[in-house]
Amino acid sequence: MAGGRRRKLALSKIYGIACGKASFKEDHSQIGRPGFSRVVYSNEPDCFEAGIRNYCDNYVRTTKYTAATFLPKSLFEQFRRVANFYFLVTGILSFTRLAPYSAVSAIVPLIIVIGATMIKEGVEDWRRKQQDIEVNNRKVKVHQRDGNFHYSEWKNLRVGDIVKVEKDEFFPTDLVLLASSYEDAVCYVETMNLDGETNLKLKQALEVTSSLNDDYNFRDFKAIIKCEDPNANLYSFVGTMEFEEQQYPLSPQQLLLRDSKLRNTDYIYGVVVFTGHDTKVIQNSTDPPSKRSKIEKKMDRIIYLMFFIVFIMGFVGSIFFGVATENDLENGRIKKRWYLRPDSSEILFDPKRAPAAAIYHFLTALLLFSYFIPISLYVSIEIVKILQSIFINQDIHMYYEEADKPAHARTSNLNEELGQVDTILSDKTGTLTCNSMEFIKCSVAGTAYGRGVTEVERAMDRKKGSPLVHEKLKVQNHIEDSTDINPTIKGFNFKDERIMNGNWVDEPCADVIQKFFRLLAICHTAIPEVDEDTGKVSYEAESPDEAAFVIAAREVGFEFHKRTQTSISLYELDPVSGRRVDRLYKLLNVLEFNSSRKRMSVIVRNEEGKLLLLCKGADSVMFERLAKGGRDFEEDTREHMNEYADAGLRTLVLAYRELSEDENKAFNEKFTEAKNSVSADRETLIDEVADQIERDLILLGATAVEDKLQNGVPDCIDKLAQAGIKLWVLTGDKMETAINIGYACSLLRQGMKQVIINLDTPEIQSLEKTGEKDAITKASRKSVLEQILQGTAQVTALSAMSEAFALIIDGKSLAYALEDDMKKMFLELAIGCASVICCRSSPKQKALVTRLVKSGTGKTTLAIGDGANDVGMLQEADIGIGISGVEGMQAVMSSDVAIAQFRYLERLLLVHGHWCYRRISSMICYFFYKNITFGFTLFLYEAYASFSAQPAYNDWYLSLYNVFFSSLPVIAMGVFDQDVSARFCLKFPLLYQEGVQNVLFGWRRIVSWMFNGFYSAIIIFFFCSKALEHQAFNHAGKTAGLEIFGGTMYTCVVWAVNLQMSLSISYFTLIQHIAIWGSIAFWYLFQVVYGFLPPSFSTNAYRVFIEALAPAPSYWLTTLFVVIATLIPYFLYSAIQMRFFPMYHGMIQWIRHEGHSNDAAYVEMVRQRSIRPTTVGSTARRVARSTHQR
Amino acid sequence: MTNTDRERHRERETAFYLFTQQRLPACKPVLTPAWVITIFLFTGFIFIPVGLVTLRASRSVVEIVERYDTECVPEPFRIDKVSYVQDDSIPKNCSLSLKVRKYMKAPIYIYYQLDNYYQNHRRYVKSRSDRQLLHGWKYHATSSCQPVEFNNNQPIVPCGLIAWSLFNDTFTFIRERAELKVNRKNIAWKSDRDHKFGKTVYPFNFQNGTLIGGGKLNPRIPLSDQEDLIVWMRTSALPSFRKLYGRIEEDLDADDVVVVHLMNNYNTYGFGGKKKLVLSTSSWLGGKNDFLGLACVFVGSSSVILAIVFMLLHLKSRR
Repeated sequence: MAGGRRRKLALSKIYGIACGKASFKEDHSQIGRPGFSRVVYSNEPDCFEAGIRNYCDNYVRTTKYTAATFLPKSLFEQFRRVANFYFLVTGILSFTRLAPYSAVSAIVPLIIVIGATMIKEGVEDWRRKQQDIEVNNRKVKVHQRDGNFHYSEWKNLRVGDIVKVEKDEFFPTDLVLLASSYEDAVCYVETMNLDGETNLKLKQALEVTSSLNDDYNFRDFKAIIKCEDPNANLYSFVGTMEFEEQQYPLSPQQLLLRDSKLRNTDYIYGVVVFTGHDTKVIQNSTDPPSKRSKIEKKMDRIIYLMFFIVFIMGFVGSIFFGVATENDLENGRIKKRWYLRPDSSEILFDPKRAPAAAIYHFLTALLLFSYFIPISLYVSIEIVKILQSIFINQDIHMYYEEADKPAHARTSNLNEELGQVDTILSDKTGTLTCNSMEFIKCSVAGTAYGRGVTEVERAMDRKKGSPLVHEKLKVQNHIEDSTDINPTIKGFNFKDERIMNGNWVDEPCADVIQKFFRLLAICHTAIPEVDEDTGKVSYEAESPDEAAFVIAAREVGFEFHKRTQTSISLYELDPVSGRRVDRLYKLLNVLEFNSSRKRMSVIVRNEEGKLLLLCKGADSVMFERLAKGGRDFEEDTREHMNEYADAGLRTLVLAYRELSEDENKAFNEKFTEAKNSVSADRETLIDEVADQIERDLILLGATAVEDKLQNGVPDCIDKLAQAGIKLWVLTGDKMETAINIGYACSLLRQGMKQVIINLDTPEIQSLEKTGEKDAITKASRKSVLEQILQGTAQVTALSAMSEAFALIIDGKSLAYALEDDMKKMFLELAIGCASVICCRSSPKQKALVTRLVKSGTGKTTLAIGDGANDVGMLQEADIGIGISGVEGMQAVMSSDVAIAQFRYLERLLLVHGHWCYRRISSMICYFFYKNITFGFTLFLYEAYASFSAQPAYNDWYLSLYNVFFSSLPVIAMGVFDQDVSARFCLKFPLLYQEGVQNVLFGWRRIVSWMFNGFYSAIIIFFFCSKALEHQAFNHAGKTAGLEIFGGTMYTCVVWAVNLQMSLSISYFTLIQHIAIWGSIAFWYLFQVVYGFLPPSFSTNAYRVFIEALAPAPSYWLTTLFVVIATLIPYFLYSAIQMRFFPMYHGMIQWIRHEGHSNDAAYVEMVRQRSIRPTTVGSTARRVARSTHQR
Repeated sequence: MTNTDRERHRERETAFYLFTQQRLPACKPVLTPAWVITIFLFTGFIFIPVGLVTLRASRSVVEIVERYDTECVPEPFRIDKVSYVQDDSIPKNCSLSLKVRKYMKAPIYIYYQLDNYYQNHRRYVKSRSDRQLLHGWKYHATSSCQPVEFNNNQPIVPCGLIAWSLFNDTFTFIRERAELKVNRKNIAWKSDRDHKFGKTVYPFNFQNGTLIGGGKLNPRIPLSDQEDLIVWMRTSALPSFRKLYGRIEEDLDADDVVVVHLMNNYNTYGFGGKKKLVLSTSSWLGGKNDFLGLACVFVGSSSVILAIVFMLLHLKSRR
């Protein structure tokens, strides 16, 4: 590339990274020892020495199985589930003579069920494999020989290869940087995929290799790199490079990590040191924790309960059986039930060995009652969940058209958990905000400018809906319409005709405005990038807010277009001549921003030779630095800034002062001296010097930058708050920013009591200066504890007055608050507060907080985030949601559900979450109901068959019950049932509490369903046996034998459970009809077909239906009567509940049914009843404001 | 509306789109009081008449039940009935006289009823070989028949406990000195006769051993014609059951006296089972059993009452 070296600017100097000669540190002495044994022969991956080392290739595998391990491994996985293992055991036992039914009939359903699950596993793994193939086949330029670089697949890279990575490409392996397109061999790296940080990192190669910046240089390049063994530490690297017979130390500064991205640099050359699974990022990736939903865990407990019931029944049966069997032979001679030949019996029925017979009977009973445990439960749930996730993926309302990104449920087994979320832990940047800053307002010389509307104001206005606001909205719309013609500029949303288009010169304080924007154009560390074709300037800045300032200045007419090491050039509008002039400012000193100073300044000399100190900073430090004569607009500015802050904007105060030559000279001397000092307190020295010159400033005004919230975030948060979900914000940002965002999304508002916990107290700061670690820790711990206790006291004292509290804690204090002895108190305090904001928190702390909430409250937590720094949190939470908005895929890859925008969370939780929760919980309850109904008839019949474990039904009836005659409707319910339509779910957010409080899957409900099952079984068995007693069954005088009795009873069971299903769902589409009536019809069809199979196969079901059952009115009449009688109690129960004690979804069904949904006033009334007073969100804010005004 | 808009619009109408968006047209029933009351009333109005009709059918059946297991043991043997019934040397003749209370229209079905007889015991139910019944002694895999599988190293046809314990009491009916014709054909299900019991399979080595269970079979009659056996081999569902013995194809008038001569061969004394002789006519619904009719009427009337109570409650407490 011809222009590759056009920038002669040594970027490394602006940032002031230590680019002096790297020195050997003590770590380097370890090279060659265990743990530091890696040797890389650069540019000779084929040489013998490299060959014997046999480092792994660059193929990265994320699949769970390989072709060889699939069968054993997935089978093992399957039979690890207790229920499946039980079925395996019964399946094996069914081949013995213990079995009350034929082995084939028992084993076939098991094979079907296990097979289906394994196919699903296989398909999922296949998809992962496809993904692997895509990644491994990406291409990168690799040095072949003689200075030629050719594209090669990632998977073919070997240790020692020289690769050339171009702008915006990912690094294929861990590389040691050799040279870049910049002369000083620096390059910019975006590590968002690794740590979620969006700012660019600067890497620099060793000086000796920095000249290797062209392809042909690598023709004869040779170097040996010795370094540490592969490890997971992203921030360390120890190695040496032997180049031209010299040893040079290597540090993380030279290491480029896989999955990070080259930015702002045309190309780099690097040598591969770690490949494939040796790379730091892959070493770092832990297996994602397999998450199971609470419902599934509870389901396991139900299964254990069922086992218990089965054991009890088997035990009772065995006792009776043992007694009956022993009685068959009296005194060892007299045969009572001679027809059973007790005298010559096998062990299973031998009266002489009755206890053994009883024990064997117990095993048989376990086989017989295996129908209590639904064999198809797991597989049905899996099917249902996959279909549910397809619905989530397909939902057009969660499809982000701009980026073509639909929602993506990555793990399907947490769907129902989405309906039970109690606390949301949210990241801020990229999740709540779009990570773009927009210059939106400013206050200059006491006048507020800027008519842009923030997302918060928009949300509030929409809610209010007062006529006045409508008008205002109209005006806004008008303005928006007019500006929409212009292409929108990223980072700039400032609309004010008084300033724009050069109109500012006519404003009363034009000179202040001029100074204001000039300051914005000069006081920063951004680098301009001029597009050679269009002449347009764009900027690379350290942070997006800085870029916003420069852009704002440019748009107003102060275009910063060139930076050299000593100067800054602007195109300015000269108010006198009205022409655009190029002005050069000599850059004398940059006093950098840091978190303790909270301000930055530059000292420049303008073309007139005047020395200016331009300063911008936080209001807390700026106002006290103003000169007496510089406070003209202080009051107005403060007022404006308060307004801005309440609207969630980031504010900065701008001020300047003119310096005299002497002052500057004196300062410069001191400053240089401080900079060059080598003592530990160099930073403090610099700060002190800077502090002395940044005084007596003259106020210009204030800026307001909107950390732009994503679309619809305030509304979404409001809805979630109404649904009773708590939202915690965990951010790495500084406290001020975090608080601003808190205001912006209505988590905070004026009048809320803020409990702030931090360690910025003077004592601790003074302790920090002494540097005694123990003392600092001790004091900090004490301070945090005190603050927590104070906060708790405050909260408990005032909570009675329905005062809302907000807890804001910073990372340092959080570290102490999360310690074992304090975390309980901290959690208690946090739960007492309406909003919780943790700022400056590290990824690890995010995860720890998540764990604390999860284990401390026992409620379901949901974490949402977009960056790699959220990965820990996403994995720790019960559900992790990744925002797939921007490029970083790390969060998405470790999330359970990925959505494109935060606002989709509303629909994901309130609609899909609620539905899935309801569906799965009803489904499981129903599953156990239907199996108890079926299984208990078996037990009752056994009791009438002398407890001999004789099943009432034909073998195949038994085994196909779960597979064919009752499984489809329950799957249809699990996939399609809707208690309340999506629209109403969103309209009545409190409906969501049904999931949070788990009313649909509490033990009461589960046990009631089980009771319903027992009750149904009892009714069916006794009514059938009474109705078919011993009299003639048809008019031809034939009596009912076992096959007729079994057939009739089975018919009743099939009808009863399917009709029960139709009673318990509230949403009938064609699919439900097909499933329910189809299952019943299939039962009749099955009887006919099965009955026509030869008697050796159909045994006692041979032609029973055609010959005996179907022509007999008794059969049909019994079916009708028994089924209705079975269902009446449940019907009555649900009718009474619906009419007199409706649950919340019932009430909504009433509203819909009675057609009140169009009656706004009525709905509002019910809604009001439904919405509990929330303490956060824009609704609460509006209410608070209106009460305040009153 | 542009073309793409129209296309999109059309796309949104397709069933598949509606399906993926979970907006398929659906019926969403709500259990409103109106529905509840209607359903209850409907149930009532169906079940009460159905119950009454059923009850009428059941009541129209005339049934005579006579227990004979004790009476048919002569007084001196009543202390040890088992040895009486097992002693071949003692004649087992016995006579009963049945009084017909109501006119009984032919066909009159004759049943024997056994109580406390576990024909549904698993050991018993399994102890048969359907293939042997169909294919005869050529079929060897009859292990399920144990312990009645072989005798003197010869296979037993039909094998198994069920066949072995065949009921063997016999009945003859005399009205006014004339013997009543008892039709003992067509008492078994047709499919059994045609497809489950071989037409060329003859009893072989049956009841030949040391232990004699129940009835014997005529070795010259193929199994498919041994209807007593076929009826017996359809095992009963419950420990108390009736099995069809034959049909009297003459009407019996009220106050007729029918004398039954029976051979009391079958041993139910060992396990305290009862034996009963049942004469019954049949209706379109079958035999006499009031349960279904009464229960229908009960459920139907409860439904009506529930409907009324629900209506009252509903009217009393307006929402």
